Amino acid sequence: MNNPLQQYIDLYTGNPDMVQGNHGGALNQARDKALERLLEARRLPDRSDEGYAKTSVAEMFAPDYGINLQRHPVTVDLASSFHCGVPNLSTLMAVVAVDRFAPTRTLQQNLPQGVVVCSLAEGVRRYPGIADRYYNSLASRRGNAATDLNTLFTQDGVMIYVPDGVRLEKAIQIVQLFQGDSPRLAFRRILLVAGKDSRVAVLKCDHSHPDSADFLSSEVIEVIASEGSEVQFYDLEESAAATRRMSQMFARQDAGSKLTVAAATLFNGTTRNEFRIDCTGDHTATRLSGMAIGSRSQHIDNSSEVVHRGQHGHSDQLFKYVLDDEARGAFEGSIEVAEGSRFVEAYQSNRNVLASTGARMHTKPQLLIYNDDVKCSHGATTGQLDDRALFYMQTRGIPLDEARRMLMQAFMVDVVDTIALEPLRDRLRHMVERRFASADHLCDASCRQAE
Amino acid sequence: MSEQLLLKVRGLRAEIDGKEILNGIDLDIRPGEVHAIMGPNGSGKSTFSAVLAGNPAYKVTGGTVEFHGKNLLELSPEDRSHEGLFLSFQYPVEIPGVSMVNFMRAAVNAKRKYFNEPALSAGDFLKLMRRKRAIVELDNKLASRSVNEGFSGGEKKRNEIFQMAVLEPRLSILDETDSGLDIDALRVVAGGVNQLKTADNSTIVITHYQRLLDYIRPDFVHVLYKGRIVRTGGPELALELEEKGYDWLKQL
Repeated sequence: MNNPLQQYIDLYTGNPDMVQGNHGGALNQARDKALERLLEARRLPDRSDEGYAKTSVAEMFAPDYGINLQRHPVTVDLASSFHCGVPNLSTLMAVVAVDRFAPTRTLQQNLPQGVVVCSLAEGVRRYPGIADRYYNSLASRRGNAATDLNTLFTQDGVMIYVPDGVRLEKAIQIVQLFQGDSPRLAFRRILLVAGKDSRVAVLKCDHSHPDSADFLSSEVIEVIASEGSEVQFYDLEESAAATRRMSQMFARQDAGSKLTVAAATLFNGTTRNEFRIDCTGDHTATRLSGMAIGSRSQHIDNSSEVVHRGQHGHSDQLFKYVLDDEARGAFEGSIEVAEGSRFVEAYQSNRNVLASTGARMHTKPQLLIYNDDVKCSHGATTGQLDDRALFYMQTRGIPLDEARRMLMQAFMVDVVDTIALEPLRDRLRHMVERRFASADHLCDASCRQAE
Repeated sequence: MSEQLLLKVRGLRAEIDGKEILNGIDLDIRPGEVHAIMGPNGSGKSTFSAVLAGNPAYKVTGGTVEFHGKNLLELSPEDRSHEGLFLSFQYPVEIPGVSMVNFMRAAVNAKRKYFNEPALSAGDFLKLMRRKRAIVELDNKLASRSVNEGFSGGEKKRNEIFQMAVLEPRLSILDETDSGLDIDALRVVAGGVNQLKTADNSTIVITHYQRLLDYIRPDFVHVLYKGRIVRTGGPELALELEEKGYDWLKQL
C-alpha cells in the first residue's frame, strides 16, 4: 500500500476553491494550518504507530471513496429508513445526511432563546464569535494527522451552543446517516459549547443501511464544558458491516464541570473511537463509558485518555466488550495526573467477555501519575461466560442459548446504568436485549425497533 | 411394578477429569416416595445429583437412567427440567445483572414453550410468583434483586425451594439443603418441601446429617460409599448412622 494520505492532499491542493466554497470563516481559516501539518506528517497513523496497534487509520482511508466536495444536495428519507425514536424521551432532532446538516421542523420551533443548534457551515457565518474562539481549538492541540485531515475537508457539521446559565430540558438528538449505492466518505464535525452553569444532553445516533455500499465516516467532536456546566454526550452506533468509522472526541472541562460520555457500538464494520478529555479546572467530574457488542467480523477499537490538570478532579472510566464469532476488540486507556494536580481520584476499568473461541480482545490500560496525593486504579479482565451460572440456568429450564444471551446482557447492565437520562437508559437496555437476541442482522435490531 | 417407577437407575458410572466417582449405582424411586441418600464426604452424593441434572463437567461412562420411561441421560439439562427434574443446589449460583423476576419468567415460559403452551401474561406471572413466595416466606424485595446476589445463606436455600415450588417438579433432588442453615431457616425450608409434597411427586434428600430427616421424613435411606449404594433401609438407618457414624463403612 502506498501512502493513502497523498490522494487527499492532492485532492485538496487541486481543488481548494471547491472545498472552501463559500463556507468562509473558521472552517477555512483552519485548513491552511491543517494542510501544513499533514504535509509534515506525510502519512496517517497505521499499526506501527503507538496507540494504533490494532487499527490502521491509513488502511481505512486507503480506498477511493466519493467525497461530496461540490455539495450536491443529499436527500434523506428518515422515516422510511430508521426509527431513532426513544419512547418517553422528547428530543430536539437534527439529521446529518452523509455530511450535510438538516434540521427538523420541531428543532427550529422549540429551541429556547439563545440556544444554537445549527449547520456548522451556517454557524461559522452567523456566530463568528463562537466559531472563531472554539472551532478546532481542542482538535488542533490534541489531534493528529487523522484530525487534521478532517479539518482540511470539513464543509459542514453541527454547531451546538448553550449560553451561560441555560439548562436545556430536552435532549438534542443528532442522527447521522449514510445511504446510497455508491461508496462515500463523509467528513463530519460537531462543535458543542456549553456555557457557564449550563446543562445540555446530546444523543448522537450513527446509522448506515444494511446491504449498502462502503462508507467511511471521519468524525471530529469538540466539547467545551465551561465552568459549572453539566454536559452529557451519548453516542450510539448501529451501522452496516461495510461501514468504517474513525471518530475522535476532544473535550475540555473547566472548573466544577460535569461531563458524562457514553458510547455504545451495537452493530458496525470497523470502528475506532478516541476520547481525549482534558480536565483543566478544579473539582471536575468525568464519567466515560463504552460498550461494544461484536459478532461476525466486527472490529471495535476504543482509545481513551483522561488528563487531570486541576485539583480535586474525579474521573471514572468503564469499558465493556462482549465479542462473539470472529469479532475483534481493542481497548487502550490511560489516566494522566499532571504535576501539582493533587487530590485527584481517577479510575478505569475494562472488562471483556469472549463468547467464542474465534473472538479476540486486546487491552492496554495505563496510568501516568506525576504527583503523590491521588487515588487511582485501573484494571482489565477478559474471560468467558460463567459455566456455573449457565448450568444453573439450564437446570431451571432456560435453554443454553437464552441463558448465554441473558448473561451477556447482564454483563452490560452497569454500562447502561451510566446513562443519566432514564428513558434513554431504558431504551438502550432494550436495544442491548434486542442486539443479543438477533446477533445476525443489523436490520433485526434497528429497523424493526419501532414496531 | 416397574411401569410405576419414576426413576430407574442401573449401574450408573461417572467420572470427572478421568477420575471415577460413581461406581455402579442402582436406585428405584416410585411416585410419592422420599429417599434420603447419606454418606461420608467424598462418597459421590453431590456427583450423583449433578449427573442426574446433566452437569456437563461430569462424564457418564456406563449405566442407564430412566425418568418416567424416558432416557434421562440423552436429554439436555433444560429438557430434564421440563420433564420434571429439579436440583436444589448445595451452593446456589449468584448471577449479577439478571433479576430474579427475569430469571423466573424465562424459566416458566421456557417450560410452557416446551409443552406448546403460550407464555404467561405479566399479571398471571406475578400472581404465580406471589403465591409461591408465600410457601417459603421469601421476601418480596428479593424479587427485584439479581439472582442470589447478596442473599444470605438462608435466603439462597429458600430461593431454591421457591423455584422448586414454581416449577412443580416430579422429582426434586435436595443437595445438602441443610448445610449452612440455622434451625429456624431449616424449619421454613423443610416446611416448604413438605407443603409441596403430593402422592405423585418424589424427593431425593442428600444429606450428611440426620438433622434434616427430622423435618423431612424419608421412606428409604441409602448409604452411598465410594460411588456405590452399600446399604438401604428405612428411617431407622439414619438414626443408626447418627449413632455409629460412618467409620463402620471402612470395614465393608
